[in-house]
Amino acid sequence: MTTDTGAVLALDGVTKTFPGVKALDGVRLELHAGEVTALIGENGAGKSTVVKILTGIYQPDGGSITIDGRPVRFPTAQAAADAGVTAIHQETVLFDELSVAENIFLGHAPRARFGLIDRRAMMNRARDILTGIGARIDPATRLKDLSIASRHLVAIARALSIDARVVIMDEPTAALSQTEIEELYTLVDQLKAQGKAILFISHKFDEIFRIADRFTVFRDGQFVGAGRMAEIDEAALVRMMVGRSVDQIFPKRAAKVGDEVLRVQGYCHPTEFDDITFTLRRGEILGFYGLVGAGRTEFMQSLIGITRPSKGVTRIDGTIRTIRSPAQAIEAGIVYVPEDRGKQGAILDMPIFQNVTLPSLGRTSRAGFTRMANEFALAREYTRRLDLRAAALDANVGTLSGGNQQKVVIAKWLAVKPRVIILDEPTKGIDIGSKAAVHEFMSELAAEGLSVIMVSSEIPEILGMSDRVIVMREGRIAAELAGADLTPETLVRYAAGIGRAA
Amino acid sequence: MISRESILSAAIIALLALIATRFAGFVAPGNLAAVFTDTAPLIILALGQMVVILTRCIDLSVAANLALTGMVCAMLNTAMPGLPVALTLALAIGMGAGLGAINGLLVWKLAIPSIVVTLGTMTIFRGSIFLLSGGEWVNAFEMSASFTGFPRTVILGLPVLGWIAIVIIAGLALMLSRSTQGRAFFAVGGNPHAAVYAGIDVGRTQFLAFTLSGALAGLTGYLWVARYAVAYTDIAGGFELDVVAACVIGGISIAGGIGSVGGAVLGALFLGVIKNALPVVGISPFWQMAISGAAIIVAVAANSRAGRSKGRIILKQAEVRQ
Repeated sequence: MTTDTGAVLALDGVTKTFPGVKALDGVRLELHAGEVTALIGENGAGKSTVVKILTGIYQPDGGSITIDGRPVRFPTAQAAADAGVTAIHQETVLFDELSVAENIFLGHAPRARFGLIDRRAMMNRARDILTGIGARIDPATRLKDLSIASRHLVAIARALSIDARVVIMDEPTAALSQTEIEELYTLVDQLKAQGKAILFISHKFDEIFRIADRFTVFRDGQFVGAGRMAEIDEAALVRMMVGRSVDQIFPKRAAKVGDEVLRVQGYCHPTEFDDITFTLRRGEILGFYGLVGAGRTEFMQSLIGITRPSKGVTRIDGTIRTIRSPAQAIEAGIVYVPEDRGKQGAILDMPIFQNVTLPSLGRTSRAGFTRMANEFALAREYTRRLDLRAAALDANVGTLSGGNQQKVVIAKWLAVKPRVIILDEPTKGIDIGSKAAVHEFMSELAAEGLSVIMVSSEIPEILGMSDRVIVMREGRIAAELAGADLTPETLVRYAAGIGRAA
Repeated sequence: MISRESILSAAIIALLALIATRFAGFVAPGNLAAVFTDTAPLIILALGQMVVILTRCIDLSVAANLALTGMVCAMLNTAMPGLPVALTLALAIGMGAGLGAINGLLVWKLAIPSIVVTLGTMTIFRGSIFLLSGGEWVNAFEMSASFTGFPRTVILGLPVLGWIAIVIIAGLALMLSRSTQGRAFFAVGGNPHAAVYAGIDVGRTQFLAFTLSGALAGLTGYLWVARYAVAYTDIAGGFELDVVAACVIGGISIAGGIGSVGGAVLGALFLGVIKNALPVVGISPFWQMAISGAAIIVAVAANSRAGRSKGRIILKQAEVRQ
């Protein structure tokens, strides 16, 4: 049923596996000429992977891609462009130091004699395309002199400069103001009128209902449903996005929540977040939910002193503590396990035991000199606790598998004996089995009286693990939810800012 | 895998064996001690440079620092011939550390790339020598006997200059392997992000690395001027490149975070043996440059091969997180 629907581009049974995780599991997707198809799903549903497959950056492990019913393959980005598939990316991939025209035609500039670039033709065609989308930008301008919105228009012009039949827009409005968004809608209408098939990826429901003709919903890398926008309402879409029973796999124990440990009041930052206030109790798991870019990580980094808040007070056990550096945060008993544990967590060229003791050197050293016996004892205690399988503690972390590297990072932070542990996306990109182990472990920590802040974009994890959830949207606390208020629907509504529940 | 240090040791021994077939006297203990002493300034500077490179920086100003501090010591000795050597040493170390701290502060507080900072200070230091001395030389007859005699005093068959290098090798080996500050140098270069989260101040650590490198350069400044009994604007001109070369040959990763005291010392000795041996066996000094250059390229190629498999692991991690 893939080829007879009149779709310009169709994916069927497409699968993509990364080591340890199935990003796409037999998904299908159809794009039709002159229509906008919205691809909807939570973070991690597989949307970006589809975009990367369609633009030739990833190769699918299985399934078929067809254009006009003919099977195609995109071994390179160039092949995808030649087939008429073009994408406008979330973070626009452009070059600051080049001119607008050069940005538009980079890689496919019009050629003159001897294969040299025909600058005049390039300028003229760039001007035509820009005029065509109603952008009043001089093609000779350097990109760095343009506003964010104008850069977006350049990105769109670049997408149109190849004769595209399929245009992919990945969160195109994320950086735009309301007027600019309206202009973008007009542009999308123009593209539709030209008969282009558009794939529109967005988290904003108002936008999807305003602009899309069809929808396709993914969840956890699987196809959930598709249809016409006219035949569905918001509530049904939200249910498709999140719909599942969430009480099954989470080992959350009954919380023995104790006294208040941490109180954060009025944390502000000029650009990233505003007026963050909350409390955290002993043995509690506090979830921080929000869309990517809601300011959760930025806030956590200022809580541990990496960035400086413009205002705000932290109290630990009722006493005000000034935290202006990670060292002070560790001193105060707050540790942060970053999201990108591969890049920001471990030092690969350093032995396991030295990685584990790095933030605890104060305890394993005397007068500035480390004491090997203490270091090994500490490292052995915590790596054993995490069931780390390594030949020797003086092997470099780089020799370990990804999963074991993560264990080293977590052992490192537990060895500090913290009061509060902040886990940023603790299970992002790891397989189901390891996820369960991390969740189990988190419950154990809470049961032992550690307070946990869990930043997560995965609704089942947030619902399954948290005693209480703070939803952030655009740098502010949108809601604090607990008990019966804590449902997939409320989370999505507050995170996306969709007003009252239907 | 065989360690970098054993490969280098084998290369040096092979080199010595080869030279011994042409000129047996070269490998006599007395001559080897002389070669070591002659290489001592390179060893000392390479150790300082290594710490800087460990933190993902580079210090191109070491030779200029050496020359400036050396000139100041020489002029001071001319003006006050009675100044005790201990005081001269303290002054040289202090002044070198101060000059290094300037580099460190610019890298730390203004976040300027170290190659730019030290290229600038290198030129400034050289210019200062000329301004200070008016382009004049300070010659042997103007220096006091204790000033020039100190590095040449032989104790147990080895001049003081050689002993100082040994003390610094031991001190740095201890500092890097056993002190918390040593651990911080490796952590900052190995993964600055992880170091920040672990409570290590990256900028401050780099500042300390530059200060240490400067202090060692300053110390070498006095030793150099005293040993050769002459100070002028261009002493040790271009020597910073030999220092960096010794580090690279010794397996210190320019990308930071990887390196050992043994590697830096052997890298310096390798260059030192070539420099001392080739004239003895009658090979043109231009061959010496070509051999040094080839050794650098071989060393870097070996480093990048060693690092490649690690790169793959990181990449897989990154893909998993899509």
